[in-house]
Amino acid sequence: MSGEHSTYTPTSGIERWVDSRLPLPRMLHDSFISYPVPRNLNYAYTFGAMLSVMLLVQIVTGVVLAMHYAAETTVAFNSVEKIMRDVNHGWLLRYMHANGASFFFIAVYLHIARGLYYGSYKAPREILWILGVVIYLLMMATGFMGYVLPWGQMSFWGATVITGFFSAFPLVGEWIQQFLLGGFAVDNPTLNRFFALHYLLPFMIAGVVILHIWALHVTGQTNPTGIEIKTKTDTVAFTPYATLKDALGVSVFLIVFAWFIFYMPNYLGHPDNYIPANSLKTPAHIVPEWYYLPFYAMLRAITFNVGPIDSKLGGVLVMFGAIIILFFLPWLDTSKVRSAVYRPWYKLFFWLFVANAILLGWLGSRPAEGLYVILSQLGTLYYFGFFLVIMPVLGLVETPKRIPNSITEAVLEKRSGGSPATV
Amino acid sequence: MSEHQTSANKMGAPHAGPDGEREPTRRDFLFLTTGMAGAVGVAAVAWPFIDQMRPDASTLALASIEVDVSSLQPGMSLTAKWRGKPIFIRNRTPKEIEEANAVALADLKDPVARNANLPADAQASDLDRSAGQGKENWIVMIGSCTHLGCVPLGQAGDFGGWFCPCHGSHYDTAGRIRKGPAPQNLAVPTFSFVSDTVIKIG
Amino acid sequence: MKRVLSGLLSLALLAGAGAAIAQENHPAQQGAAAPASGEHAGGGEAEAHGGTPHFPIKKPAQMAWTFAGLFGHYDKAQLQRGLKVYTEVCSACHSMNLVSFRTLKGLGYSDAQVKAFAANYEVQDGPNAEGEMYTRKALPSDHFPSPFPNPEAAAAANNGAAPPDMSLLAKARGIERGFPTFVFDIFTQYQEGGPDYIHALLTGYENPPAGVEVAPGTHYNPYFANAAALAMAKPLNDGQVTYDDGAPATLDQYSRDVAAFLMWAAEPHLEERKRTGFMVMIFLVIFTGLIFLTKRAVYAAKEH
Repeated sequence: MSGEHSTYTPTSGIERWVDSRLPLPRMLHDSFISYPVPRNLNYAYTFGAMLSVMLLVQIVTGVVLAMHYAAETTVAFNSVEKIMRDVNHGWLLRYMHANGASFFFIAVYLHIARGLYYGSYKAPREILWILGVVIYLLMMATGFMGYVLPWGQMSFWGATVITGFFSAFPLVGEWIQQFLLGGFAVDNPTLNRFFALHYLLPFMIAGVVILHIWALHVTGQTNPTGIEIKTKTDTVAFTPYATLKDALGVSVFLIVFAWFIFYMPNYLGHPDNYIPANSLKTPAHIVPEWYYLPFYAMLRAITFNVGPIDSKLGGVLVMFGAIIILFFLPWLDTSKVRSAVYRPWYKLFFWLFVANAILLGWLGSRPAEGLYVILSQLGTLYYFGFFLVIMPVLGLVETPKRIPNSITEAVLEKRSGGSPATV
Repeated sequence: MSEHQTSANKMGAPHAGPDGEREPTRRDFLFLTTGMAGAVGVAAVAWPFIDQMRPDASTLALASIEVDVSSLQPGMSLTAKWRGKPIFIRNRTPKEIEEANAVALADLKDPVARNANLPADAQASDLDRSAGQGKENWIVMIGSCTHLGCVPLGQAGDFGGWFCPCHGSHYDTAGRIRKGPAPQNLAVPTFSFVSDTVIKIG
Repeated sequence: MKRVLSGLLSLALLAGAGAAIAQENHPAQQGAAAPASGEHAGGGEAEAHGGTPHFPIKKPAQMAWTFAGLFGHYDKAQLQRGLKVYTEVCSACHSMNLVSFRTLKGLGYSDAQVKAFAANYEVQDGPNAEGEMYTRKALPSDHFPSPFPNPEAAAAANNGAAPPDMSLLAKARGIERGFPTFVFDIFTQYQEGGPDYIHALLTGYENPPAGVEVAPGTHYNPYFANAAALAMAKPLNDGQVTYDDGAPATLDQYSRDVAAFLMWAAEPHLEERKRTGFMVMIFLVIFTGLIFLTKRAVYAAKEH
């Protein structure tokens, strides 16, 4: 695409017959075989492939788990245990699915960080970025509802706390919460609808992923230099070059994934979720799944009232705001330079942002008391400061390094400067 | 994009030099090995997803039940549930046994006993359909029509045995198919008399 | 590019570390093999910041288990001893609803032994033809029956605190490991927090230190996860259960055996999982190597 002519040439009669009726093979060939990608893509550009694999893993394991799971409060917990104990290979399927959710998020965070570092969200890729944020939001909703299904203590109380966010909104809050729950508390109607939606949302994700890839193939990939493709020498064919690099990245990722599935399947979970849900007894500490922790920390950081907004509503607004702000990223960054490679100050602030996100994640798991609260507040301040102050201002004041004229030039410079990239 | 043509065998083309003959061969072997390893991996991953469809351990564990038949007088039946299917247990009257014995084996649509307690080629004589010598009055069958699995009605049909209302299969008093679309006699499950009045099925 | 790559890799590592935080609740020093002094371990950094006390007072010691590690497997003799301890002691109050007798074959028993063992129990069945519920001898397909008819009865008989079901106890308990131990745990694949805790709790009963008030009906145990004392009195003592295989009849041995048995009860497919895992890892490493070589060959052809 990107103005290229199709290089697909049907060789057999059958291929010609199909091509003139439904040119699907042509589309796949043009998108995943002859499609030109920048020749300097590094392994940070393989996270998309990992995400595709994880989406597939989650859908396939999820569909077979649904064959054995029962979404009814009195039997849900036991049906999961039946999968673990009696269903053939059920333990494997469930551990794949449970850890798969975590690895899906690990991959998505890496993918987002790659986008932030190399400025992948900048014009003309705004829609591509926004679709990505939509996918991330859908993933969060899916992950949350999936965690409720085993109907353990953390399932139940996590659902209670998270739907409780909505009660913070004045006037309509309580109505929204009851609407979501289908009752006055988390109960059977909640579990049933969460199961239905948990089954539905991944397919919506898959749909948005197709749009995401479509948008990607319209604008073309960015690359570590942030320079657009100018000539054919700047590119290589998707297959075999990008395909093999992706395959290697995915394969290494799968090794780590398998390590968790087979050797520490419960490491990323919480022991309390092996206790059946009890609506009369809250666990000592409620912690969401690790991938929500930074947002959870920001929720709890707001311990003070701001004018008419009390701390509860303030926390909820900050938490939702932390995600909503991502939609506006393409317009918050004022820099003309795309890649952090040529932006020394942005690079520094970017790594601080990463460290801050990890710090917030850790704080989200701590009790909300003492120094932890103050650190969470500072972390929240930096999170929003990064997007609302640093990004707009830095773009105007920062002096970027010299940028090569083309991708090819950048590659050649690098090769002559450092060790030749024969790998 | 033509210089980046995709198929693996062209990959070595730029190398076609003095040692160009050896290199592509080694590479082809590598590509083949990697591809095969990938195929093996995909096949291995597919297995758990297929395996999970088979009956699970708890289902297989419910393999046997015991039924008390002390209250069944001749001419009475009961239906028990075993492996999710109805089991017909009937204490037959002498007349019913006589009727069944009167049928020549050559007239049967299915001449095989279909009795899990006997060899697979046992003949469908009334004795071999029943609980055996001395217990000819007892007949124990899976109440699932051999046509498409409906539950036949008792003491009905043209032969006074069982009649399947779904598609009109007629069974005689020994549960043998006599008329209609069903291909086989009603199956006799593995069973035994634990005592004179208790039957263990499975 | 190398620098960016290493940056992203370290980010990946940090993300993994962040992941681990999820299951952490308290920071505290890792209890080494020897139990730390109460004051030291209890005063983790969290306590310094707030008034709420943090439990447990002492961290469980890390025990050696046969089922730990890459090639972990259950010691069947130990599981059989653990079953004996459960049957003779724990089962008086604790149910084990999710475990069926048939699975006891995993402890090395034969079909006939399992059937005989199940027949020791009475289970309710029915209704019969008259509409009455009745009890019968348990079959291998039955699950361990509960000692109490319902949770309310269990609570009423035990000072208001229903004894927890033991089917998943070894996975439903685990004391937080704290930073940086939880990062090392990824590499040592430590997953035995449950059995370690159970062993520590069973062997950890002691007299409350001077000045510590223990509520009536509760028993001081510095290893208890949620408070200084728990409702369960010390359940096991030296010599209480007679072993047939010559293993020492000590509290420590009982605690190890029953903890191992509960791990089996919670994760009966552990051996299969680790075996499968090893084959998967070998395959993936070889496959990754092959992809690496293929990729290198393809890129080498390009660079001219």
